[in-house]
Amino acid sequence: MLRYALQRFALSVVIVMVAIAILIVMLHVVPGDPAVMILGPRATPELIAQTRQSMGLDQPLPIQILTFFGNILHGDLGRDVFTNRSVAQIVFEQLPYTLVLISVAILWSAALGIALGCYSALRRNTWLDTLSGILSVGTISIPSFVMALYAVLVFAVWLGWLPSIGAGEGLGGSIIHLILPAFAIGISWVGYVARMVRASMLEVMSYAHVRMARAFGLRERLITTSHILRIAVQPAVTLIGTGVAHLFSAAVFVEVIFARPGIGALIVQSVNERNYPIVLGAVLVTTAIIVLATLISDLVIAWLDPRQREEL
Amino acid sequence: MNETSATSPTAPDADDRLLSEPSLLTRSLRLVGGNRSGAIGFVLVALIVFAAIFAPWLAPYDPTAIMTGPRMAPPSPEHWLGTDNLGRDLLSRVIAGGRVAMLVAAAALGAALTGGLSLGLIAGLGPRWLDNTLLLIFDALRSFPTIVFGLAVVTIIGPSLFTVILVVAITSIPIYARIVRTQTLALKNVEFILAERAMGAGIARILFVHVLPNVLGPLLILASMDVPLVIATEAGLSFLGMGVRPPTPSWGVILNDGYNFIRNSPWPVISGSIPIILVTLGFTFMGEALRDIFDPRLRRTH
Repeated sequence: MLRYALQRFALSVVIVMVAIAILIVMLHVVPGDPAVMILGPRATPELIAQTRQSMGLDQPLPIQILTFFGNILHGDLGRDVFTNRSVAQIVFEQLPYTLVLISVAILWSAALGIALGCYSALRRNTWLDTLSGILSVGTISIPSFVMALYAVLVFAVWLGWLPSIGAGEGLGGSIIHLILPAFAIGISWVGYVARMVRASMLEVMSYAHVRMARAFGLRERLITTSHILRIAVQPAVTLIGTGVAHLFSAAVFVEVIFARPGIGALIVQSVNERNYPIVLGAVLVTTAIIVLATLISDLVIAWLDPRQREEL
Repeated sequence: MNETSATSPTAPDADDRLLSEPSLLTRSLRLVGGNRSGAIGFVLVALIVFAAIFAPWLAPYDPTAIMTGPRMAPPSPEHWLGTDNLGRDLLSRVIAGGRVAMLVAAAALGAALTGGLSLGLIAGLGPRWLDNTLLLIFDALRSFPTIVFGLAVVTIIGPSLFTVILVVAITSIPIYARIVRTQTLALKNVEFILAERAMGAGIARILFVHVLPNVLGPLLILASMDVPLVIATEAGLSFLGMGVRPPTPSWGVILNDGYNFIRNSPWPVISGSIPIILVTLGFTFMGEALRDIFDPRLRRTH
C-alpha cells in the first residue's frame, strides 16, 4: 500500500509540473506580449523592457520554466504586478473560502447522494426511487451557474429567506451565507452520485461473494454495508475525485454571483486586471489541489478494494 | 428510460430476427419510437439546430436593436419572452444566442475530434516513449478545471469567440485522444489486423479501413453528448464577460444582463437559462439513444 501510494504521489508531482510547463509554454507561443498586456498599448519600449525583465520574460523558455519550479520550492509564486505583494500570500488568503465552500458542497451532496442511491437500489421502483431518478436527470441538465442564479432569484429575491451577497461575519453569519452557494454547487451532484451508486449497487448485489455471505447467514445490514456498499461506492469515489476540477469551475461562478471572496473570484478579478502572475499562481494552486484530490480518491479506492492496488 | 427501448419494440418478432436481421434504419426507427426520451431528444435537437440555422428569419426583432418596447417588460403578445434592461426583445436575443452556441459547439467539437483522433492514433501506434509523453500531457491538461483554464487563456489572448473555441478544444482533446488510443491499442494486436499486416497491408490501409471505422462511432456519440458541456462553457465564460463580447447576443451575455438586474425582472434570467437546459436535455437524450442504436455494448445497466 505504501509503495503504491508513493508511486502515485510521484506521478502526481510530475503531472503538476507538466501542467505548469504547458501554461508557461502557452504564454510564449501565443501572439502578444504579457508585458504589453499588463502595461497597455501606450507603454514606452523602456518600460516594457523593464517589466519583461522583472517578470523574467527576457530569459529563454527552459530557463523560465526551471526558475519557476525553483521558486515554487521556496514557496515563491511571483509578485502581484500592481501592489508587488507576494502571489502566494494573496492566493492562500483566498483559498480557505473556496475550500470550505466546495467541501461543504461535496459533503452534503455525496452523503445525500449515497444514501438515496442505496435506498433506490434496495427498494427499486418505489416512489422515492422514481423521484430521485427524475430529479437527477433534471438537476444534471442545469449548469451550476444557472442553478446559482435561480437560487438567488428564488430564495433571496422572491422569498427573501437567505442572504445572497458576501461571505458573512462570524460563525453564524458564515454558515447562513454558505447555504445558497453550497446548495447551488452541490445539487447536481446529488443526482449524479445517487444514480451511480444505485447502478453499481445493483451490479454488486449479483456478485457471488454476496450470495455466499447470505448463504453463511450474515445479517442483511452487515452484507449491505461491508460487502455491497464497500465495492459499490467506488465509482462514486472516483467520480468525486475527478469531479473536484468541476467543483472549482463551479466555485468560480458561485463566488462571482454571490460576491463571495475566494480563489475563483480572485482569478476573475485578476483576469480583468490582466494581473498575469496572480492568474498563473492561482491556476497552479488549483491544479495541484485537483491532482491531489484525484490521488486521494485513488488511495481511498485502493484502501476499500485491495484488488486495485496492483494496477498503476 | 432504457428499459423500454431494450424490450418492447423487438419482442413480437423475435423469431424473424434470427432469420433476417432488420436494417439499421429499421432498428433505429424502432428504438427511437420505443424510447420516449430518445424521441424527445431528437425533436429538441432538431428544433434547436433549425432555429440556429434560420435565426435571422425566425427572430421577430433585430436582437441588438434597443428600445423595441418598454424596458424589463414581462412576456406579452409583442414580446413573447419579454424585454431586457435596454428594451431589447429577449426572444430574438435567445434565438440569435442559439446560433452563437451552435457555432461554438460545432467548431470546438470539430477541432477536438480532429485533434483527439490524430493524437490518439499517434499515441496508440507510435513508439512507447511518445505514447508516455502524450499520456502525461493529456493528464496534465485534464487536471485544469475548464473554466479556470479558460480564464488563464483569456488573460493571454483576450476574450473572444475564438478563445472559447480554443479552450474547449484543448480541454476536450485529451478525453477523445485517450479513447482513440485505448481502441487503437486494443485493435493493434487483434488477429484480423495481424492477418492484414501479414498479407502486406500498409499502415494507411489498416488505419482507414479498420481502425477509424471502429473508433469513429463511439467518438461521435461521445461528442454529441459533450455538446451541452461546450455550450455551458461558452455561456459560462460569456456570463463572466470572458467569452462572447456584449453586443453579440449569447445565452451567457443574456444571463449576465439578467443577473445585473435580477432584482428588477426575472425574465432575462429565465429566458437565458431555459435554452441551456433544453439543449442539455436534448443532446443527452439523443446521445443515449444513439448509443443504444449503434453500440448496444455501451448500454448502461440500470
